[in-house]
Amino acid sequence: MANRIELFLRALGKPLVKFIASLGELTLFIAKSIYHCLTPPFYFKLMGRQFMDIGFYSLPVVGLTTIFAGMVIALQSYTGFARFGAESGVASVVLISVTRELAPALSGLMVAGRIGAAMAAEIGTMRVTEQIDALVTLSTNPFKYLVAPRIIAGVIVLPILVLIGDIIGIFGGYVVCVYKLGFNPANYVNSTLQNLESLDIVTGVVKAAVFGFIITLMGCYNGYKSKGGAQGVGEATTNAVVSASILILVFNYIITELFFAK
Amino acid sequence: MSESKIKISNLHKAFGKKVVLDGVDLELRKGESLVVIGGSGTGKSVLIKCIQGLLTPDSGSILIDGEETVGADREQQAALHSKMGMLFQGGALFDSLTVWENVAFGLLENQKMPRKQAKTEAIRVLRQVGLAPDVADLSPSELSGGMQKRVSLARAIATKPEIIFFDEPTTGLDPIMAAVINDLIIESAKGLGATALTITHDMASARKIADRIAMLYKGKIIWEGTVKELDKTDNPYVLQFINGSSQGPIKVEI
Repeated sequence: MANRIELFLRALGKPLVKFIASLGELTLFIAKSIYHCLTPPFYFKLMGRQFMDIGFYSLPVVGLTTIFAGMVIALQSYTGFARFGAESGVASVVLISVTRELAPALSGLMVAGRIGAAMAAEIGTMRVTEQIDALVTLSTNPFKYLVAPRIIAGVIVLPILVLIGDIIGIFGGYVVCVYKLGFNPANYVNSTLQNLESLDIVTGVVKAAVFGFIITLMGCYNGYKSKGGAQGVGEATTNAVVSASILILVFNYIITELFFAK
Repeated sequence: MSESKIKISNLHKAFGKKVVLDGVDLELRKGESLVVIGGSGTGKSVLIKCIQGLLTPDSGSILIDGEETVGADREQQAALHSKMGMLFQGGALFDSLTVWENVAFGLLENQKMPRKQAKTEAIRVLRQVGLAPDVADLSPSELSGGMQKRVSLARAIATKPEIIFFDEPTTGLDPIMAAVINDLIIESAKGLGATALTITHDMASARKIADRIAMLYKGKIIWEGTVKELDKTDNPYVLQFINGSSQGPIKVEI
């Protein structure tokens, strides 16, 4: 019996120790990353390339995601509100759900899939082909050269993407309400503007900045730690996307609670 | 001979329970070319990664120009790296940059040389390793394996380092290309007056480029001497290795 308990504890202990070790590793990685984001030298050219990759080239994805999210929320809330004859509430529901939740969360998840994977694959390949070691031997700090430009770009660009997503998402709601459900366009725009509150936009933007950090951090971390050739890089890519997506959903809740729980 | 450039004493490194370096003692004099031979997985790569500070040894001492590098802080490490160049086994060229940007990387990033001047310098070094100027604007993936090795060598010597490391420089090359790379290694190291540390299991290459040879086995240096002494040695481990025999004191763990 005692033997069995020991076996059980052993089976439990190994993954636990591993988990705690990797948590410590991640914490160190975050501390190092933040330190190198804030101290010179800065690689502005590399940052610029990341702005394009994370921001500009994500515009189609974010635009498509938010426009359909806005459209579907208009349709759904209309069917609900029509039962109580409260159709006029649709505009404000679209506004609030898009700015507070849908634009940041969905854009975050889509960008995590697009960018997190690409970053983990690129940095992971650099790791397994010794390019990161080569950087070090050429007196260049890989955190400064690879990690910092990506994280800085992510934190700055995601909020901008989300602001654009806000506009497109609300426009999606407008399109459905006006052209499908026969709302009066002027009334719809009016009630959107009346309900517009800066706090809604601000929470969305704060969320986006945090998500930008999470996505780029997970991409860099998993890539940086990858080992063992093509398979290792594949694993890193998967882990980057999965961990970033889960963390986005968790922090989405935490930030919402911080702003709105009273 | 002349003064000591690198002095390693009692170096230990283990990964978990696997002991890789078990008390390595090794000394390189200024301007000499030392080749460390040994089978796969005997810790040759770990040894040079420790010297470069890419891995932190568990214990022991590495003196470079009389300065302790084990436990050195980031600034000291960066200063050390500016003295070193490294030819990686797989080339490790940056595939997001062009060939000339790879060669000029150290000049651009650390010496802050203007781009135009750096490109001229890169093309000069490329010529030195036998590459035509028109490869300068290609991407590394467009080159053959031998050419990538040459570019990597050019990158290693472009900053005029005092110490150059060569990690299996001839692995994966045909015999003629291997001979060409060997010649280039000798030329570039002698041309710069640099101290060279090569790890390889290619005996032909070792004989050609070495002033002295050391053999690493089970985490220790078990033999050290010149190429002439290598031919006269009766050390059974060394004999088995240089004759490439499956019978002998070295047991291959399968």
